[in-house]
Amino acid sequence: MSKERIKISEDLYDIMPSDYQDLVKSATYGKEDRGWKDIGSSKELIEQHSLCAGCPESMAFRYILASLPNPEDTVMVGSTGCTSLVFPMVAVHNIHSLFGNQNAIASGLKRALSVRFPGRVKDVVVLAGDGATVDIGLDMTLQAWFRQEKFTTICFDNELYANTGGQESGLMQKGFVAKMAPVGKLFDKVRLPEIARESGCHYVVNCTVSKPSLVEKVIRNAVHIAREIGPTYLQLYTPCILEIGKNSMEGLQEMRDSEKPAERFAYKEYVSEPAKQLLAELAAKDKERKAAAKQLAGQA
Amino acid sequence: MSQYRVLPGPEHFLPPAAASMGIFLPNPGEAHINGVIVSEEKAYEEAARQFLMAKVPTIFPGPLVLWAWNEKAAKKATAIRHLYNTLKECVQPGQMAMLIPMPDYRPKYPKINPEVEINPNHPNLTIWHNKIDCCMFVGVHCHQANLSLKIIRGGTSCYTIAMCAQAGHEDAMLSFRDASVEKIMKLADTVKRLKGTVQPRQTSAKSGSSN
Ligand SMILES: Cc1ncc(C[n+]2csc(CCOP(=O)(O)OP(=O)(O)O)c2C)c(N)n1
Ligand code: SF4
Ligand SMILES: [Mg+2]
Repeated sequence: MSKERIKISEDLYDIMPSDYQDLVKSATYGKEDRGWKDIGSSKELIEQHSLCAGCPESMAFRYILASLPNPEDTVMVGSTGCTSLVFPMVAVHNIHSLFGNQNAIASGLKRALSVRFPGRVKDVVVLAGDGATVDIGLDMTLQAWFRQEKFTTICFDNELYANTGGQESGLMQKGFVAKMAPVGKLFDKVRLPEIARESGCHYVVNCTVSKPSLVEKVIRNAVHIAREIGPTYLQLYTPCILEIGKNSMEGLQEMRDSEKPAERFAYKEYVSEPAKQLLAELAAKDKERKAAAKQLAGQA
Repeated sequence: MSQYRVLPGPEHFLPPAAASMGIFLPNPGEAHINGVIVSEEKAYEEAARQFLMAKVPTIFPGPLVLWAWNEKAAKKATAIRHLYNTLKECVQPGQMAMLIPMPDYRPKYPKINPEVEINPNHPNLTIWHNKIDCCMFVGVHCHQANLSLKIIRGGTSCYTIAMCAQAGHEDAMLSFRDASVEKIMKLADTVKRLKGTVQPRQTSAKSGSSN
């Protein structure tokens, strides 16, 4: 894989800040089965963040960055919002787009990358808030799906505009009152997962980020399907603890409460037929690879 | 010819791009000093003189040389280290040569550690913190170098040198073009040759603090 390209010039190695040295020494670039279990034993691709203490967005970032299958050949596209405070500390190429434009930028980027690097896998992953995805950027979001653009769209759904102090968003629940939405939401939470399916997404998941193993699975699936087949969409509940009046340590419980069977973030998944076939092929290959590794270990 | 000169600042909050003031880039074999085209030979002498006069002469290597993405980059890194070692040998007590990396261009937020790195989006923090009064950019992509050089000219009195691998930088006070291992080594030789002939600045009045 391409980790070979990520080397520090020997004669200037000692002056590089330690975070870069650590990234080169022990980050999991190039590791085939990288995942959330690497957290704690390898250098993470996020250095620090300036989100509120305990913000579930930070957990989501850590799990996603640990799970991207091909981080050295991935470009992430972000948008304005709390997520954009994190990207400067992320060791994956990323572009900050004008608020709402993320899926348009990603469309052009994905096409340009396939022209510039034919024959090399280059993944594009959009990561933006619900305001950017569903309200101001809805046109760009949907048009990218209609056009079958081959990239993943991740929405950090915290059900309001957090970064600007709590305005109403399309993904806010009906009746919810926020600091800057005192009347209470008058209509239902927009059903973007269903809209995504109808708009041509081949893999759609609606869930919380309470379980790192689940985040890993859906990220890997979404990126692989987008790479080979067409658009994929993940809507991840990352509650804004600040705006819903929770303490730093209460984010996890909030997610657990919201993913119970009848709740709005109960796990929901849609996989198109071609995507199902691809996942089955990938699973078979994975099984083969693991069996071969086991056999090799037995011989040694 | 433009009357505008690219001089140490602080110029003002948003200094004009030197190009918009009529400053143009040198042709191959030439360089510019303060926006005036000169022979490359003259630029070596002046750059070495500025380094030797400075209280804190500093080299800022950028991603194109910090990362060994090809053989040439690694060789340039070796030459830069040599230039830094030469500077260290040639400065007098009271002067301090520094080598501070610009590992990438992410607008690191909320802060960087100005003791160990420089960031193109707020380079003034590193200049102010270390009281740098003369610096050289090398291995920084053009657009980031331009942005950074302008911010430095806007908010500090630091003398800026660009060892540019392309066509040079109008926004530096002195710019080479077509940088190579040989050119970096030649600058080191010039510093060595001029050692002892240049008096270091006595005061730190114009030592890079904002005003
Ligand atoms: C074009 C544009 N319009 C409006 C804004 C103001 N703005 C900044 S962040 C934000 C809300 C972000 O909400 P969301 O996308 O849900 O992200 P969150 O902060 O909740 O994670 C808005 C409206 C902007 N920066 N740019
Ligand atoms: S405002 Fe909300 S979403 Fe933003 S960092 Fe704080 S807790 Fe997280
Ligand atoms: Mg939001």
